[in-house]
Amino acid sequence: MASRLEALWGWFDARMPSLAEQWRIHASEYYAPKNFNFWYFFGSLALLVLVIQIVSGIFLTMNYKPDASLAFGSVEYIMRDVPGGWILRYIHSTGASAFFIVVYLHMFRGLLYGSYKQPRELVWIFGVLIYLTLMGEAFFGYLLPWGQMSYWGAQVIVNLFGTVPFIGPDLALWIRGDYVVSDATLNRFFALHVIAFPLVLLGLVVAHLLALHDVGSNNPDGIEIKKLKGPDGHPLDGIPFHPYYTVKDIMGAVVFLAIFCVVMFFVPEVSGYFLEYNNFIPADPLKTPQHIAPVWYFTPYYSILRAVPPLFHSQFPGVLAMGIATLILFFLPWLDRSPVKSIRYRGTLYKSALAGFVLVFLVLGYLGTEPTTVWGQFGFDAFFLDTKDVATWVARLGTVLYFLFFILMPWYTARDAVKPVPERVTV
Amino acid sequence: MRRTLYILLFAPLGVLGSEAGYRLDRSPHDTRDLVSLQSGARTFVNYCLGCHGAQYMRYRSLSEIGLSEAQIRDNLMFTADKLGAPMKVGFSVKEGKQWFGVAPPDLSVVARSRGADWLYTYLRTFYRDSKSTTGWNNALFPQVAMPHSLWELQGPRTTTIESTFAETDPKTGKVTGHAKTTLILDENGFRTEQTKKLQEGKDYHAGIEVTFSSPSGARRAAAEYDATVRDLVNFLVYVGEPAAVNRKAIGIVVLFVLGVLFVFAYLLKKEFWKDVH
Amino acid sequence: MNEQEKPDRTRRRLIVATSVVGGATSLGAAVPFVASMWPSERARAAGAPVEVDLSRIGPGELAVIEWRGKPVWVIRRTKEMLASLKAVEGRLSDPASKASEQPKYAENEYRSAKPELMVMEGVCTHLGCSPQLKGAEAKAEMGGDWAGGFYCPCHGSKFDFAGRVFRGAPAPVNLRVPPYEFVSDSILIIGESEEKKGA
Repeated sequence: MASRLEALWGWFDARMPSLAEQWRIHASEYYAPKNFNFWYFFGSLALLVLVIQIVSGIFLTMNYKPDASLAFGSVEYIMRDVPGGWILRYIHSTGASAFFIVVYLHMFRGLLYGSYKQPRELVWIFGVLIYLTLMGEAFFGYLLPWGQMSYWGAQVIVNLFGTVPFIGPDLALWIRGDYVVSDATLNRFFALHVIAFPLVLLGLVVAHLLALHDVGSNNPDGIEIKKLKGPDGHPLDGIPFHPYYTVKDIMGAVVFLAIFCVVMFFVPEVSGYFLEYNNFIPADPLKTPQHIAPVWYFTPYYSILRAVPPLFHSQFPGVLAMGIATLILFFLPWLDRSPVKSIRYRGTLYKSALAGFVLVFLVLGYLGTEPTTVWGQFGFDAFFLDTKDVATWVARLGTVLYFLFFILMPWYTARDAVKPVPERVTV
Repeated sequence: MRRTLYILLFAPLGVLGSEAGYRLDRSPHDTRDLVSLQSGARTFVNYCLGCHGAQYMRYRSLSEIGLSEAQIRDNLMFTADKLGAPMKVGFSVKEGKQWFGVAPPDLSVVARSRGADWLYTYLRTFYRDSKSTTGWNNALFPQVAMPHSLWELQGPRTTTIESTFAETDPKTGKVTGHAKTTLILDENGFRTEQTKKLQEGKDYHAGIEVTFSSPSGARRAAAEYDATVRDLVNFLVYVGEPAAVNRKAIGIVVLFVLGVLFVFAYLLKKEFWKDVH
Repeated sequence: MNEQEKPDRTRRRLIVATSVVGGATSLGAAVPFVASMWPSERARAAGAPVEVDLSRIGPGELAVIEWRGKPVWVIRRTKEMLASLKAVEGRLSDPASKASEQPKYAENEYRSAKPELMVMEGVCTHLGCSPQLKGAEAKAEMGGDWAGGFYCPCHGSKFDFAGRVFRGAPAPVNLRVPPYEFVSDSILIIGESEEKKGA
């Protein structure tokens, strides 16, 4: 039996030798640093969630109807009439939020260990492109259940594009395919969500991994392991990805799936954060809900958008601020002037800046889920130009601090004290 | 006049009916109680289905709460003849809007959008109000277009609404004091209103407090009504997500299986990583 | 040599064990995906039994009823039609209906619970076209020995008034008889409820 399998493999290998070659390059002889820690699970987990979303998405598409009069009903049809349909739905809704949790933690790893620094700038750039594409994918997908939040969230975001000077209104009209979000919008968002953006995502993920494997992975010490090679030509501090990291990532995947299943089977709504309550009301173009908030993974940027007041009778500055807040991520490799990669060898300036950035991101995120009145009003009359809402002023402070993290980075990373970086990795 | 303005100010909040307004009671339902669910199904079909539909729920699915096909057909199917039919209402959305001003919403997933606590509170805070179009009003959802369809089961009550508010000088906009308006609506909805200025120097919180009182001897009826509403809310929670009970049971099995898989995956990792120093 | 073998054997055992548990878990995870492709409640509701009013079917008349998206024939057979069943037996592929699908109560000489009422699916067992009724008077078209029955226009299969296929036809078996029940003399129910099937 074993020799038959070997013979079969031989037949295949003789006709497509590149397959075995790719296996060697990317797995069995891809030497990764041996000191990967907890933060290094999230890349493989992101790939796992992508596969989960695609497979559950395919089966959902077998029963979902992308028509404004049928969409909401088809989701309930899936939840009730399709055998096991409720599992598919909850996998996909939990997976959407899980994708962002995993991606945010994956990006944070990059900030911790300087994974975006030379020679990995392109890996980072492909990664930010994946992040932006993922946000688009989530946005298009959220319209599909055609609930109140779906409808009004889409209405608000598309109207943001309407604030662009000169071309705005036409741009919004072109995106919508109608004067308001309607069946035309739903159909095209369906096409983008199911086919276009997943293909783009897959392409970008391949590019991301190819760029990474070409230069080799970073590690928690920020050391370039290829500098010290053994007599066999392999990095002294490297181990082949297969079997060591395949086995470790399988273990990580099982833990992740257990957490995923706890959410999916016991608290799929997560108090309205993963499945918003208002989305169980069918979309009503004539009645706006009291309180529209985007899904949690967009809220930090939503906070920034809301914090910027209208200038020159236009909302565009807020839109611009929100856009720049995402796009500034591209420039990180060039903003960071530290000679050292990993936070382990950086000084207090960077550590405080990063800690502050995380805090600001979380606070902005929380504020984005609530109405601006959530923290009440200032009791005293002062120089307040437009609003007395405490939350808005905190969000404004947060926005400034968010941008300062990036804008001042060339200065504080250059000035920061650094510790000597060891030759070999610390396990 | 000021009081009407005040009520109008608060009324829009009632649209979503929780936020700053009325405090919600906890709904004491238990979706594992099949008897309660069956009682709720009966109340729903007899009192609600006439105007509200539950269009995503099929009659046949009621077999999951312990009812036989014969029981469903004989007791719960008034407007449909096939068991597999959805629990639809007899008129269209357009007709509903014409006849009632606003089409009565479908209740299939109302327990997921409003929540059980809101529904439990809502169905117990209707009161007679001679000034409203339907003759009914609701403390949680002011000026609601729905009449109190369960009024026969609840029995008569007197309602007292006390609103405490700040009085402001119309010219300067400054607060000049506090007052309290007490509005009493009797069992037939006729109103008696009285506004009293409150003593200065004390701290007052602006707000509305609603209290109900039933005639003496009606306490058992009130408890029975609460139980009826609890069962109805229980049924609506079930209808909102019929798979919920299954979901948790399957979840436990899945976690157990993943636990076993984790043990093997962990041992495998440990075994291979013996090589790495 | 022994020292090296021991960890390899442990390693191989662990790989196998983990693969087995992992494979079983994956199969379990595949269940909801595969299950979701079976007919949904909506499809099952649409496939529910259908009631037929027999009083509107006169002698010799054919009623076509839709059940589960298929045409089901209900014929009130005349004495001549019943007599023809015996007459054509020699020319049939399967006169005793051994290979075809019919309920127990249709396993008799008339292929039905009541001789005068024939219930069968009007779907040719060859490739699914719906045959046409050709009475005994259509001898010019169907041939001198035609005693009446059904003719499938797609590939020429012929069936008698009990849905039994004639020899020489491409159709392999007799027409399918669905489950049915006479709840009274004038009401027929085609199909059976889920409860009856022991669900």
